[in-house]
Amino acid sequence: MGAFQGLKRALSMDRQAVIDEVLASGLRGRGGAGFPTGRKWQFAYGSQSDTKYVVCNGDEGDPGAFMDRSILEGNPLAVIEGMMIAGYAIGAQNGYFYVRAEYPIAVNRLRKAIAQAREVGLLGENILGTDFSFDCHLRLGAGAFVCGEETALLNSLEGKRGMPRPRPPFPAVKGLWGQPTIINNVETLACVPYILREGAGEFASVGTERSKGTKVFALGGKVNNVGLVEVPMGTTLRELIYDIGGGIPNGKKFKAIQTGGPSGGCLTEEFLDEPIDFDNLVAKGSMMGSGGAIVMDEDNCMVDVAKFYMEFICDESCGKCTPCRIGTKRMLEILTKITEGKGTMHDLEELEELSDTVKTNSLCALGQTSANPINSTIAHFKDEYIAHIVDKKCPAHVCKSLMEYHIDPDKCIGCGKCAKGCPANCIERSDYTAPGHKLASMKINTQECLKCGNCISSCKFNAIEKR
Amino acid sequence: MSTVNIKIEGIPYQVENGLTILEAAKACGYEIPSLCAFNHGECNAASCRVCLVEATGARGLVASCVYPVAEGMEIKISSQKAVEARRRSVELLLSNHNKNCQQCDKNGQCELLHVANVTGARDDAFAGVHSETYLDTLAPGLVRDTSKCILCGRCIARCNNAHALGILGFENRGFKTFVSPAQNRSFAESPCIQCGQCVNVCPTGALMEHSEIGLVDAAFRAGKHVIVQAAPAVRAALGEEFGYPVGTPVTGKMIAALRRLGFERVYDVNFGADLTIMEEGTELLHRLTEGGTLPMITSCSPGWVNYAELQYGDLLPHLSTCKSPHQMQGAIIKSYWAKEKGIAPEDIFVVSVMPCIAKKYEEKREQEKVNNIPDVDAVITTRELARMIRKSGILFNRLPDEEWDQDIMGDYSGAGVIFGVTGGVMEAALRTVYFKLTGKEKEEIVFTEVRGHEAGIREASIDINGTTVNVAIASGMRSARVLLDEIRAGKSKYQFIEIMGCPGGCINGGGQPYVRSCFLPEEDDNILDTYKEKRAQALYSEDERQVIRQSHNNPQIIELYEKYLGEPNSHLAHELLHTSYAAREKFPEK
Ligand SMILES: Cc1cc2nc3c(=O)[nH]c(=O)nc-3n(C[C@H](O)[C@H](O)[C@H](O)COP(=O)(O)O)c2cc1C
Ligand code: SF4
Ligand code: SF4
Ligand code: SF4
Repeated sequence: MGAFQGLKRALSMDRQAVIDEVLASGLRGRGGAGFPTGRKWQFAYGSQSDTKYVVCNGDEGDPGAFMDRSILEGNPLAVIEGMMIAGYAIGAQNGYFYVRAEYPIAVNRLRKAIAQAREVGLLGENILGTDFSFDCHLRLGAGAFVCGEETALLNSLEGKRGMPRPRPPFPAVKGLWGQPTIINNVETLACVPYILREGAGEFASVGTERSKGTKVFALGGKVNNVGLVEVPMGTTLRELIYDIGGGIPNGKKFKAIQTGGPSGGCLTEEFLDEPIDFDNLVAKGSMMGSGGAIVMDEDNCMVDVAKFYMEFICDESCGKCTPCRIGTKRMLEILTKITEGKGTMHDLEELEELSDTVKTNSLCALGQTSANPINSTIAHFKDEYIAHIVDKKCPAHVCKSLMEYHIDPDKCIGCGKCAKGCPANCIERSDYTAPGHKLASMKINTQECLKCGNCISSCKFNAIEKR
Repeated sequence: MSTVNIKIEGIPYQVENGLTILEAAKACGYEIPSLCAFNHGECNAASCRVCLVEATGARGLVASCVYPVAEGMEIKISSQKAVEARRRSVELLLSNHNKNCQQCDKNGQCELLHVANVTGARDDAFAGVHSETYLDTLAPGLVRDTSKCILCGRCIARCNNAHALGILGFENRGFKTFVSPAQNRSFAESPCIQCGQCVNVCPTGALMEHSEIGLVDAAFRAGKHVIVQAAPAVRAALGEEFGYPVGTPVTGKMIAALRRLGFERVYDVNFGADLTIMEEGTELLHRLTEGGTLPMITSCSPGWVNYAELQYGDLLPHLSTCKSPHQMQGAIIKSYWAKEKGIAPEDIFVVSVMPCIAKKYEEKREQEKVNNIPDVDAVITTRELARMIRKSGILFNRLPDEEWDQDIMGDYSGAGVIFGVTGGVMEAALRTVYFKLTGKEKEEIVFTEVRGHEAGIREASIDINGTTVNVAIASGMRSARVLLDEIRAGKSKYQFIEIMGCPGGCINGGGQPYVRSCFLPEEDDNILDTYKEKRAQALYSEDERQVIRQSHNNPQIIELYEKYLGEPNSHLAHELLHTSYAAREKFPEK
């Protein structure tokens, strides 16, 4: 277990020196908010109590994100080591891993790693011959998004309903079972052994002025190479999407990239050369979040994107506080209305009022950030909203109520394949035969069309289009 | 007490350190609208998001119900941002609320409507679909209508604080969240003891007593002899419904109102309380001298009896077999009184006015019938009585003071009066047991050791002629279970235990007027801490005013035994005045 060099070095230092090292490294939390890790530890260090806890947040609830899973599967010992260093620094005796139950492999490997560490005496009493004693425990989360929020997570660990608690008191003062507690993300803790082993300077040599080190992103959506990528802080969006992601498939045009998951926002073409770091993304109206990055092209409807995230949030709202419980539902209702072509300009105003209300009034960050996708899509794509509302058109042809399938009679050779696969039986032969064709072209009775899209995929002559 | 300097709207104040902004503002004379906050953090979920204010040192708006004041803090309650935010939280609540206020019995005392007015909420803002709702009317005691629920969580906190029972909880999440017993069961199919503590704290009409006003109206229409009897704790609190300061006894006006409502006879349940002491005191003496099951536990609180049947079925032999005072008195009205008056028991309709909603359950028990005729036909709470009075147009405050009907069961002792407060039954019983054991009255009538007005356990050792009787008193099931677990473990050192369902006893019963500081601007800031004591004081002072202060000295009680019942615990007394208990399933098959 040569891997535990970081811990060894930490144990040879005094606690404050360990915290100073982490402070100097500039490490910021990878779980979403980017809070300086050393400062968080300093608070908990300063809280007087004989019992303290370290909690590792492995709830990873962002749709499409799996950075933490890959770390837990690939290198669980690094996370354990990071947790132990944190425990030593703040004066904790116990650490809890909170990992979503849907990650069976990660859970198994972590469980084994903890058992191994115990066996060889790396966990337990008097670790490495010092007077530091520490043990780790594993708890499974049922996979509610809100349980990733740190105070909801604490409630869940205590066996209560996973609902956030008001702050203050902050966990560093009164956390798990009322004791000072730090909560750190998996990736954050995984960075810690490196910092202690190689030194703060080495870690800080990569990155931007205020965001140090590297960050793992789950790149997805309309890019050629989807998957996990680790890039230095400060990499530009263009590098991420084109150099690493291999650009947009099928020669389509880039439209936007959503970072920060359902709490984040979308960034358009004009931001492609912006370096990725915590503060810069926030300044540009999005956030880094835990590292979700979904690329969208010209075929994505931005109102539909906003609706997708709002549906997610609405399902995942814990229901505790008024603005999030009711406000997100109301926003979803309005977005649904707009995508169905029933929206009014007044709805758009109400949407903005609601998003402001939910942002200022909600108890936890889930609600406070829930309107970000709406705000950023309205900021950058207000014309798309207006097209839905005023022209009753979905420019990207995504919103079913606002688009029709249409057969180009001059491209259609009249083979009739589309009609065979139509579940609504609404495709029939027209009385127009294009010059050079033997058969009359087909046509769609749009009144009865279900907009299932079967026909479009069955046509070999690209004669069917959405409009 | 350390203090901090704060400013509210620019005006400097000095306030106690450690207060929340909400409490500090109240101390400085501001009422910040709020809903979920209740009773100094009893419910501190900070979930309704109505009490938002601006405070320096915080990012954005803060929930004043949980945010502590700090030295130099500047608070803005009326900034445009804060005013707008509060209004919008209320508007969102209203957008998912069943707003049939005209038909709602909470109207006039509804905190949601109050904050809607105060914040200027627009009626139609943020309109949209409503969550799926549930109506539970199966339990005799209380009704749950989730279409009125704002999910403040006060009921959940109260049930836990009072009883550690956790009957209520949140089900589902997000927009589909609702409050209910486990698995959305009815209260009637859960281990709820139907005490009504949750009803007492609900800000809206979501939890209400199961009203029996309709039954009373129907009895009048059917031409029955409608007799009313009112429990002691009612007079100590009814005045609050009509603007009297908390703790004002309104016995005379209450009697006058009951007469004007058309009741043929207006009796005090204190007579029944004296009767209970005769029976229960005798039972205790029997158990003490003849080796019966000890400790004996009082049985006049039906919330407690429910708890015993649901949770401690093995300890039921410890319960006194005595019915509760109003049931005893009902049985006497339909037997002795009916005979004296020459009226058939079937033609009599007995209405009890109670501080309690569990009495609505008790009244319907099979074990509370004689010859298949129920002792009591309807139970209305203090709050329902106030509603009846208002509905009938009676101007309560202008009523003259009148006296109880005196015939047959009009006399009562001070001992009966104090039944309404925790420790009262014990004290009343001790007065009589003392006499029975020593043959003389105790000189110092008051047993201060057992007095109190809060939940929690009190104990005393009383020396009676060299015999030491160890007694204990508990109210609220959270403390009661401590005594019960001792009995279960064979470690109880007591001979006699008084248990009341509601914390503080009947003065704080689930049918008593709501105590809401936002509706009581004249009361002190701590009224939620002091109302129990004030109501208790109203009863103790009535005891002191009585000439007869021991049940066994009540002349009409003596006459009742001489003319009708014979001895306490006689065969006839058993038939009419005693009952039985049976263990019940906590979660019966639906
Ligand atoms: C709705 C919501 C969900 C969250 N989910 C996660 C999560 O899955 N994993 C995580 O590490 N942090 C999550 N967070 C952030 C945590 O509250 C907390 O800030 C973080 O775990 C702190 O660790 P860090 O400082 O190492 O980033 C979430 C926050 C919110 C508001
Ligand atoms: S903001 Fe949403 S998730 Fe957070 S406490 Fe409120 S209802 Fe729950
Ligand atoms: S009536 Fe009493 S026991 Fe039942 S839920 Fe309400 S507080 Fe709990
Ligand atoms: S039932 Fe009443 S007290 Fe309980 S959560 Fe709903 S509104 Fe609040």
